[in-house]
Amino acid sequence: MTDMIEVSGVSKHYGGVIANNQISLNVPSGRITGLIGPNGSGKTTLFNSIVGFHPIDEGSITFEGQEISKMRVPQIARLGLLRTFQQTRIYGKMNCMDNMMISVPQRHMPLMRMFKKFPAETLERAESILEFVGLYQKRLLPAGSLSFGQQKLLEFAMALINEPKILLLDEPTAGINPTLINGLIDRLRRANEDFGITLFVIEHNMRVIMNLADNIYCLAHGEMLAHGKPDEIQNDKRVIDAYLGAH
Amino acid sequence: MTALVKKRAGLGSILGQAAILAFGVAAPFLFPAYTFQIAMLWIMILFALTWDIMGGQMGYNSLGNILFFGAGMYISAVVQIGIVYDVAEYTAAFGAIKIDFTEAQYYIGFALGIVAAAVGCTLFAAIFGSMVFGLRGPYFAIGTLGVAIAAGELVGGWDYVGGGSGISMPVFPGDVEPRALFFYFLCFISALATFVFLRWVYSGRFKTTINAIRDDEEKAEAMGIHTTRYKIVAWGIAAFFLGISGAIFGNMIGFIEPLEVAFPTVTLGIFMVVMSLLGGKGTLWGPVLGATLFHLLKEVTWIYLLGWQWVALGTLIIVNVVFFQQGILGWAQDKWPQFFGIVVDEKLSAQGAAAREAAE
Repeated sequence: MTDMIEVSGVSKHYGGVIANNQISLNVPSGRITGLIGPNGSGKTTLFNSIVGFHPIDEGSITFEGQEISKMRVPQIARLGLLRTFQQTRIYGKMNCMDNMMISVPQRHMPLMRMFKKFPAETLERAESILEFVGLYQKRLLPAGSLSFGQQKLLEFAMALINEPKILLLDEPTAGINPTLINGLIDRLRRANEDFGITLFVIEHNMRVIMNLADNIYCLAHGEMLAHGKPDEIQNDKRVIDAYLGAH
Repeated sequence: MTALVKKRAGLGSILGQAAILAFGVAAPFLFPAYTFQIAMLWIMILFALTWDIMGGQMGYNSLGNILFFGAGMYISAVVQIGIVYDVAEYTAAFGAIKIDFTEAQYYIGFALGIVAAAVGCTLFAAIFGSMVFGLRGPYFAIGTLGVAIAAGELVGGWDYVGGGSGISMPVFPGDVEPRALFFYFLCFISALATFVFLRWVYSGRFKTTINAIRDDEEKAEAMGIHTTRYKIVAWGIAAFFLGISGAIFGNMIGFIEPLEVAFPTVTLGIFMVVMSLLGGKGTLWGPVLGATLFHLLKEVTWIYLLGWQWVALGTLIIVNVVFFQQGILGWAQDKWPQFFGIVVDEKLSAQGAAAREAAE
C-alpha cells in the first residue's frame, strides 16, 4: 500500500499558539482515512497546511512523493489534491450548473481555451454528477437558494467533477439533517470505490467516521494523540479522555 | 416558458442593437453640430465597458485604468512622429517645428500607432498586473490609482515625450468636416468592437471563471483555477481597447499632455467607475446604459447648471453609491430575474429537465 500524502514533523504556530506540533501522518492511497479531535485541536490547521493555504513552520508534506509544502494553493489543487471547506463555499449567485462548470479541472489548459464555450460532454458530465448527488432537479436554480445540506452536496459534486486523486473533506456532515447523512456516507463511499478517489475526512460525528474510515488519526491540543483502526480508537482511553475533557 | 422568455429577450436585444447601430451610423449626419459630443459618448461607453471587465465581472475595482488610455496616447504619438522624424527634437521644439506629414505618412503612422498602443498597453497590463494582483479589495483600488498617478507624473518629467508641455500631434491631412467624420467613426467602431468582443468572451468559460474570482477567490484557488492568468488576461483585454481609444482620442484632440489629457485620473478615471456603477456593474448592457445616461447628464449640467456642475455630479455619485448600489440593470435583474434567464422556480427547473429529456 503506497501513501498518497505523507506528513512528517509538521509544526504551525499562530503567534504564541501552537496549532500543530510535530505532526506526522500518512494517507494511504485508495482508502478512506479519518481525522478526529476535539474543537481547537488543530485539524483544520493541518488541512490548511496540506493544501498550501499557509506556509508551515517546519516539517515536510509530500503528495505522491513530491514535496508540496512550498507550493501555492492553485498549484497543489491542479496536482489533484482538493479540499472542501468547513463553512461550505459555493457560488450562491450562480446556478448549480455554473457552479459545476467553474469546477471543471484546469490541469492542462492551453491559454486560448479560456475563451471557448464548455463542450457538450462537459455539460453532460456535470448533469450526471448532479444526478449522482441528487441535485439534478435543482440544477438551474441559484445555488444560494438551496438548503445548507444541499449546498454541501453541491460542493461535493463540484469536487467530483474536478477529478481529484484525493479529496480532503472538512466536516462533510456538519449541519446536515440526520436523514441526509446516510445518503451522504453512501455517496462518499461510492466516490471512493467507484471513482477511485482517496478520501481524508475531518469529522465530529463519531458514528459517521467509525462507519466510513479504514483508519483514524486523533489530534488533541495540536499533538498527534492516537492512530489506529476505528475500533482501536473507539476504545482508546486517551481519545475518550481528550473528548470528555479529562487532562 | 423559459424558452419563450429567452426568445423575447433575444428579439428585444436584437432590435435594441439594430437601433443603436443605426443611430451610430446616422448620428453625425443627423446632428452634425454634436459630432464631437457623440464621438465622446462612444469613448465613454468604451471606458465603462472596459472598466466593468475587472470592476464588475471580476470584482477588482481598479481606479487606475486611465493609465492605459494615456499610455496608448503616448505610444501612438511616439510611433506616429518617430517613423518620420526624431521624436526628441520634435518635442524639444514645443511645436515650433512645422512638419508636413504626407497623407500616406499620416495614415500609415496612425494605423501603426493604434496597433502599437493596443499591443503596448496589453504588455503594460501584464507587467503591472503581476505587480498589483497580489493586492485585494481597497488595497488593489489604491494601488492601481497610485500607478496611474505616478504614470502621469513620470511622463510629465520625461523630456523625450515633451514633459509637462506635451506633444502636438500630426495634423490631419484634410478639411474640418471629413476630419470630424473620420474620428467620429473611429470612436464608434472602437466602442462597437469592444462591445462585440466582450459579448463573445462573456458567453463562455471566461465569464464564469472571472465571476467565480469575484464571488469567492479563495474557493476558486482551492479548485485549481488559474486565477492569476485569468486576472492578467482580463486586465489585458481592458488595456488593449483602452490603448486603442487613447490613440484615437489623442489624435482627435490634436494636442496631448500628461495631466489633463492623457492621465486625467480624477475626471475620466473616476467617470469610468461611476458609469459602470450607474448602469449596473457586472452586466454587459449596464455600462452602455450608464455611460449614455452619465454623458447626457454631464453635458446637460455643464450647460444649464454651470458653476454647480461638479456639485450635481457629486450628488449623482453619492445617491448612486449610497442608495442604488446595484445600478439600473442590477436593480431590474433583482426585480424581474426571469427576464435575465435566471430560474427562480423549482418546477420550471424540473420542467426544463423533462422537456430536454423528451426532446432527446
